[in-house]
Amino acid sequence: MGPTARLLRWHATGGPIGNRINDDGMRWLQDAQWGFVVSPFIQALKIGTMSNQVPRSLTGQSPIALLGPTVRPRQTLKRRATDRLLNRENHMTHFSKIVAAAIVSAAMGLTSAPAQAETPPDTLIQAWQIDDIISLDPAEVFEFTASEVLGNSYQPLVGYNVNDVSDIFGVIAESWEVSEDGKTFSFVIKPDLQFASGNPITAADPVYSLQRAVKLDKSPAFILTQFGLTADNVEQMVRQTGDMTFELEMDKAYAPTLLLYCLTATVGFVVDKELVVSHEADGDFGYEWLKTNYAGSGAFTIRDWRANEVVVLERNDNFSGDAPAMMRAIYRHIPEGSTQRLLLEQGDIDIARNLGAEEIVALSDNPDIKIENGIKGSIYYMGLNQKNEALANPKVAEAMKYLVDYQTIADTIMNGKVKVHQAFLPEGFLGALNDNPYALDVEKAKTLLAEAGYADGFTVTMDTRNTPEITAIAEAIQQTMAQAGIKLELIPGDGQQTLTKYRARNHDIYIGRWGPDYQDPHTNADTFARNPDNSDDAASKPLAWRNAWDIPEMTAQADAAVLEKDAAARAEMYVALQTEHQQVSPFVIMFQEIEVLGLRNNVDGFIIGPSFNDNSFRNVTKSE
Amino acid sequence: MSVSPANTGGRWRALPTYGLKAGKLIATVAVTFLGLLVVTFLIGRVVPVDPVLAVVGDRASKSTYDAAYIALGLDKPLYHQFFIYLKQALSGDLGTSVLTKKPIIEDIARVFPATLELATAGIILGTLFGVPLGVWGAVRQGKLPDQVIRVVGLVGYSAPIFWLGLLGLLVFYAKLQWVAGPGRIDISYEYTVTQTTGLLLIDTAMQGQWDAFRNVLAHLALPAVLLGYFSMAYISRMTRSFMLAELGQEYIIAARVKGVPEWRIIWVHALRNAAVPLVTVIALSYAGLLEGSVLTETVFAWPGLGQYLTNSLQNADMNAVLGGTLVIGIIFVGLNLLSDLLYTVLDPRVRRRT
Repeated sequence: MGPTARLLRWHATGGPIGNRINDDGMRWLQDAQWGFVVSPFIQALKIGTMSNQVPRSLTGQSPIALLGPTVRPRQTLKRRATDRLLNRENHMTHFSKIVAAAIVSAAMGLTSAPAQAETPPDTLIQAWQIDDIISLDPAEVFEFTASEVLGNSYQPLVGYNVNDVSDIFGVIAESWEVSEDGKTFSFVIKPDLQFASGNPITAADPVYSLQRAVKLDKSPAFILTQFGLTADNVEQMVRQTGDMTFELEMDKAYAPTLLLYCLTATVGFVVDKELVVSHEADGDFGYEWLKTNYAGSGAFTIRDWRANEVVVLERNDNFSGDAPAMMRAIYRHIPEGSTQRLLLEQGDIDIARNLGAEEIVALSDNPDIKIENGIKGSIYYMGLNQKNEALANPKVAEAMKYLVDYQTIADTIMNGKVKVHQAFLPEGFLGALNDNPYALDVEKAKTLLAEAGYADGFTVTMDTRNTPEITAIAEAIQQTMAQAGIKLELIPGDGQQTLTKYRARNHDIYIGRWGPDYQDPHTNADTFARNPDNSDDAASKPLAWRNAWDIPEMTAQADAAVLEKDAAARAEMYVALQTEHQQVSPFVIMFQEIEVLGLRNNVDGFIIGPSFNDNSFRNVTKSE
Repeated sequence: MSVSPANTGGRWRALPTYGLKAGKLIATVAVTFLGLLVVTFLIGRVVPVDPVLAVVGDRASKSTYDAAYIALGLDKPLYHQFFIYLKQALSGDLGTSVLTKKPIIEDIARVFPATLELATAGIILGTLFGVPLGVWGAVRQGKLPDQVIRVVGLVGYSAPIFWLGLLGLLVFYAKLQWVAGPGRIDISYEYTVTQTTGLLLIDTAMQGQWDAFRNVLAHLALPAVLLGYFSMAYISRMTRSFMLAELGQEYIIAARVKGVPEWRIIWVHALRNAAVPLVTVIALSYAGLLEGSVLTETVFAWPGLGQYLTNSLQNADMNAVLGGTLVIGIIFVGLNLLSDLLYTVLDPRVRRRT
């Protein structure tokens, strides 16, 4: 597409709203040298016809009235007469001088601004869209951004090697044992650890942290309550047995790694009991205080959080591990990827976190910038609602799996921000299936559709979140579906809006992204392959329920897998489950996310882990 | 005795009229606000977004979801919810934001100064350039300056402001380095400035931190010039048409025939009369900027009211949306009253009528 065609396409896509258009805007700047000269005129031409293009008119007056010449014939005649009567040329020359002088002085004012400075050598500054942070309390945090902040400022009982998640080790816990019946874990706490506050870490702290998270019952509490812990029984189930020892009892003998992985999630992070208790009010477990404050023992302490502005972390001098090289780490809320790119190129930030596919390509030629990436656990998929007659036909679901051009989307549209992956467990998880049997095959899809009785295709809608990535993938799928006669209508919406509809099962197709809640395979099996109650008023709403996929047998298989203690046997169970799921499920699983960062060349040591709370800047150094 | 009894009587009789006027005004404002709240409240309940999702997210268990549902008061009938909100609002409590976990008043006090500073700088620039350019265009109607001003105005009015913003950043920040980048102030100054008014220019000046002041100015320059350009385009067009109307009047011809100097005719006779409707135009432009220009704030990472409201609306954080709407309502009503007051100053006829 040439620059002008692109320009016209942009003008045809609607009002000046949304990220996509910003991306398009940047694209012209990159390769359409003259686009911006032409644009305003096209805009002006369109103003008369497209009301949504018109900037709001404060007086309610039609913009046409403001733009067109407001000449009235009678006045013109009068004015010409007076023009002849009075010579006004001299006056206007004088006036234009005043205006010119004013413009020049304004320009001079701008030039006096100081030139940009590099970021301070002991401070790491990142640009990230952080408007999803709603809390800093480990019992409540569930957002990507806040998870990363907590991952660098709190410590869990146990952790895992980000390069090999099967390697689990103690962080605050020194050791643990599982009882004979497999239902009770006994933990021993490492000696001589302390919180940032200076309070020593004892068994009372993890016990309080876990009890607190269960009793507060915020969003991530289910990660703990799935072990049979409730507000009523948690004091008996999680009990302190000595200064440095405690026990955790579960209702069933789950696979041991399930509990350990769940304890690595932010909800299992250990809070400073003494400090939090001192801020308790009306039995709230210090919730009102901790949601904007800090009580941890990680490498950094959280000094400040201003919603939609900034998060500031400072080195924790009481940290038990090696002291970080950075004195401070700052997140700035920069919502636009294109703005982040400019800041990174100028050296006003060290790391840009929300670069779009186009920004990544543009930055790859810059010698001052390096691009690093790491595989994340999030899965991109389409959910086909089984309440829709056509979609409920297994042949249709299978045909749709052949109507996505997986490789082209991953390589050209997403530019390396995803890789093709077609099973519900992401690569890196125990038992993940890495076979990708589907590729674009229009003929095969047509045959399947004919067998299903839809030789002429059909029309179906897809709820599409209006982020640049999801929209771009959806548009590509729309084109390939059309080749087999399926008319896919995209319904764009904000995240919460599409999600509300999805949770009410009012969609036909939903295109979404699902991130695992912890590193155990059960997290995704629980949602993609379990649906204990398919009735409309079911208590839990896993993805299988949202697509009205009634699977009693698969649910039983998933339930059996979570109780298998032998890791190898368990892995086999998940492979079998995924193989069947891949063929019969109404989920078109397409991609696994790859997180891509743009960094200044002098920044080293940022670790991109499989989940956001594994992303670490503890070892970051900045050379001159 | 120069004061006649009838005259004093007249003054006394005028008092109830003033009282009536004040009463009418208060009633109008109250009804406006009530209507505003009802409509905003209803829109917030009609939008197909589940407000509980913003609180607990997608993964929460049923018990967590239900607890949040009840905590938000969503289990009560709609009129009851509104009544509770109104009662709290009247006692000065606008509730707590779901997203920031802070009282709405505190949130608005934090984000509004950012928008106020930007909008004020923008409207000052817009007026400073818009009015003279409009006058010039009117005087040179149909000639080259008029055409140039029209085209320049057209670009300002019709080009999407985020696009001009990106272009501006690319040219003046990335290439020429004349101005500072997105944000209100450099991180290095962020924690040295105590925010008392929240208007960073005033805060830094009061504390005598001139380095920080220059930094704030460098950050403010580009977005302010852009918003200024946008409002300049509108103000100059309106000034031009008001001036044309005045210049066509017979008193102008009379003045010219009398030999009044041309500058006096334009700047004193005509502009003085054009100024009356112009005040409304400028006030409404200002109010529009104070609403927060969402796109400008997004491109420039400006933590203002527009970004706050958009984010709240997308997450159905209704307390925040209602609070923000109230503030915008107050701005509009306030600026309208102000322009009414200015009318009486500018137009002796209005004064005489009251």
